[in-house]
Amino acid sequence: MKTFASRLRKLVLRVAIATLALSTFGATAQPPTRDSRRSGFDFMGASTQAMQKDDSLNPGMLWVKDGEALWQRPAGSNAKACASCHAAAASSMKGVAAKYPVFDPLLNRPVTLSQRINQCRQQRQGAEPLRAESQDLLSLESYVAHQSRGLPLTPSPDPRLAPFRQQGQQRFMQPMGQLNLSCAQCHDDNAGKRLGSSQIPQGHHTGYPVYRLEWQAMGSLQRRLRNCMSGVRAEPFAYGALELVELELYLAERATGMVVETPGVRP
Amino acid sequence: MARTLINAPTTAKRGEVIEIRATIAHPMETGFRPGEDGKVLARNIIRRFSCHYNGELVFSAELFAAVAANPYLAFHTVATESGTLALTWEGDNGFSQTENHTLVVTP
Repeated sequence: MKTFASRLRKLVLRVAIATLALSTFGATAQPPTRDSRRSGFDFMGASTQAMQKDDSLNPGMLWVKDGEALWQRPAGSNAKACASCHAAAASSMKGVAAKYPVFDPLLNRPVTLSQRINQCRQQRQGAEPLRAESQDLLSLESYVAHQSRGLPLTPSPDPRLAPFRQQGQQRFMQPMGQLNLSCAQCHDDNAGKRLGSSQIPQGHHTGYPVYRLEWQAMGSLQRRLRNCMSGVRAEPFAYGALELVELELYLAERATGMVVETPGVRP
Repeated sequence: MARTLINAPTTAKRGEVIEIRATIAHPMETGFRPGEDGKVLARNIIRRFSCHYNGELVFSAELFAAVAANPYLAFHTVATESGTLALTWEGDNGFSQTENHTLVVTP
């Protein structure tokens, strides 16, 4: 039964996290050096890898296909579609997702790809913004990110992003929650070891949005980050919160040059 | 209309064994899980999948609550003549969807 299995899995994970928290952690958090970086893909079983590699098996393609349709569909009071301005996504959106988050001069803060999509909806299309994690937003984000598949992550070099990225790095190293664990303690110090039955990946976001088997659906990087936060029993930041965007910025820098896999499949 | 991914050859030689792969976007809600308000969510699953090749049933499957969301099915059939493969998913709440795939068979 799905419910029971996922509850059991969560329980096992919690116990394992608690055990990890009790065992002594190395005090120095070193991000994996460039050549030893590995995508979460490499930590998965062969069958899950096969699922991601074959587009006819990858359920994430359902969202990509949906996004393709949404790209052409006019929305809002201006009755404009994404395609009205950006034309064919295959050329106009190539490599775009690999740059995000980028700096927005009007808001004077970094924005993620999904926030940019909603900005476009409000300002150009005259439409209501899409709810975070809604089917349509994930579909559009997946479709746009899919256009960068196979390209290396090339974070925006904008110097105005530097302080935000630094904040993100600090938060990555900062222990949080009742278990008092930081991202770095698992994903830098103990990557490759086991947490319950699964291997701890290095925490690179190359496949997002991903189809996660546990969710049985597509989910954003922020959903995954919030997931980890509730895992260490911290109060997760709200969707779109600056704290999460800053973390995304640091993750992007950390994964510079790694190849975009969207739509990824993860256990 | 639910989204589907259908992967099958568009041409085949007569007598050739072809593989058909089909995924459909469906929540496959078990009927056992509580929702956010604590109340049990009503069951909403696909109960039957069938494939008709020029009207003749070549494959069918019964699905139950333990099948994961967005079910994927792969099966084989023998290419006999040009025509249509009609893939049908039927389920709770009167759910029914048919997708057609055209196959050209060469001698």
